[in-house]
Amino acid sequence: MTEETGKTQGLLAQAWLILLLAGLFGSSLAAVEIVLGPKIRENKRNETFGQVPRLVPGGSARKSREVVLGGIRAIRVLSEEGKHLGWVLPASGQGFADKIELLVGLDRRAGKITGLYVLDQKETPGLGDYIKDEGRFRKYFRGQPAAEPLRVVKRKPRPGSGEIKAITGATISSTSVCRIVNDAVREFRAALEKRAAGEEKE
Amino acid sequence: MAGSGPTALERFINGIIPENPVYRQLLGMCPTLAVTNGMKPALTMAGATAFVLICANVITSLIRNALKPHLRILVFTLTIATFVTIADRFLQAFMPAMSKVLGPYVPLIIVNCIIIARCEVCASKQAVGTALADALGCAIGFALGLSSIATVREILGTGCWMGMRILPEGWDNWGIMVLPPGAFLTLGLLLGLAEWFGAARKKAGRS
Repeated sequence: MTEETGKTQGLLAQAWLILLLAGLFGSSLAAVEIVLGPKIRENKRNETFGQVPRLVPGGSARKSREVVLGGIRAIRVLSEEGKHLGWVLPASGQGFADKIELLVGLDRRAGKITGLYVLDQKETPGLGDYIKDEGRFRKYFRGQPAAEPLRVVKRKPRPGSGEIKAITGATISSTSVCRIVNDAVREFRAALEKRAAGEEKE
Repeated sequence: MAGSGPTALERFINGIIPENPVYRQLLGMCPTLAVTNGMKPALTMAGATAFVLICANVITSLIRNALKPHLRILVFTLTIATFVTIADRFLQAFMPAMSKVLGPYVPLIIVNCIIIARCEVCASKQAVGTALADALGCAIGFALGLSSIATVREILGTGCWMGMRILPEGWDNWGIMVLPPGAFLTLGLLLGLAEWFGAARKKAGRS
């Protein structure tokens, strides 16, 4: 018993400073997050809406509105005249290094992908971070059918076949993006179908 | 470094030129190469690093008498990581575009050896005033290193400096200078130049 107590005291004598600092630093980080968190989320929201016209051609950032469909947050994209053109779907998941946050553009019936944008990523610079590059990677998503999951290939993809060309040296980043898009699109399509079935007509 | 070590003023001056983190110690090479394709990202990186360096040095110096030798690196890393997270969140909140340009290099300040070296060499052994002077000197030295490389790369690569046009419109941009090879070329040439000047000055001082 006494030996046990002595051991615990020894450990505390060693570690008290680290425990104290961890507590102090942890609470100061929480405070920083409380102060800056809303601002950071607002920046992300502005960036998301700024991308609307590029993700869904003809979409208006001013007219489009955030909606919740079956528990999934998305942006209902309207044209300047108020015509419903499509959806922007936020999607996120684990990449190679850290969480990847994406925006997926979909047409009105969520049958076709109209664009992809990388909101946040920390993939390897010079390899995995090419996922944010339009010419090297993002262009392969535009015009792909959304009904079937996308597949990563390591050769020239056939257009409109659901094939995405992997980035050389960054297969994990490429497949991660595909997986995140597939999961989000599948869930969103299910939510959309459920709503359509409930309403009978759109 | 026997006894009480160099004074605050010596520490401050040493960090700027004689022991410049980039040109003399060759530390912090990752940001030096990665974010110097323009002055603005280079200065933002220098500012964020300065913030972390100063805070980490001051905190380390304040707790130096309570540090256990075998746990000191853990404490340094904990302190540095905290301030890096604050700097990263601050950039995301108030400079979102710049935060995107710098990408993972802001969180990577955690592994910037300049900071851990200053904690180890100076702050864990000397008083707060000296540690602060040391951090300021090194921060200025690092900013000088980054901005000198960024100046060469941005002017030759885009004809601009801080986004302002410097070279005439007819200037053919040297595209390679803003790409990764330009970073290595510039760093190598400037390092050589710094060595050459250092050697020449030493020679002049001897004769």
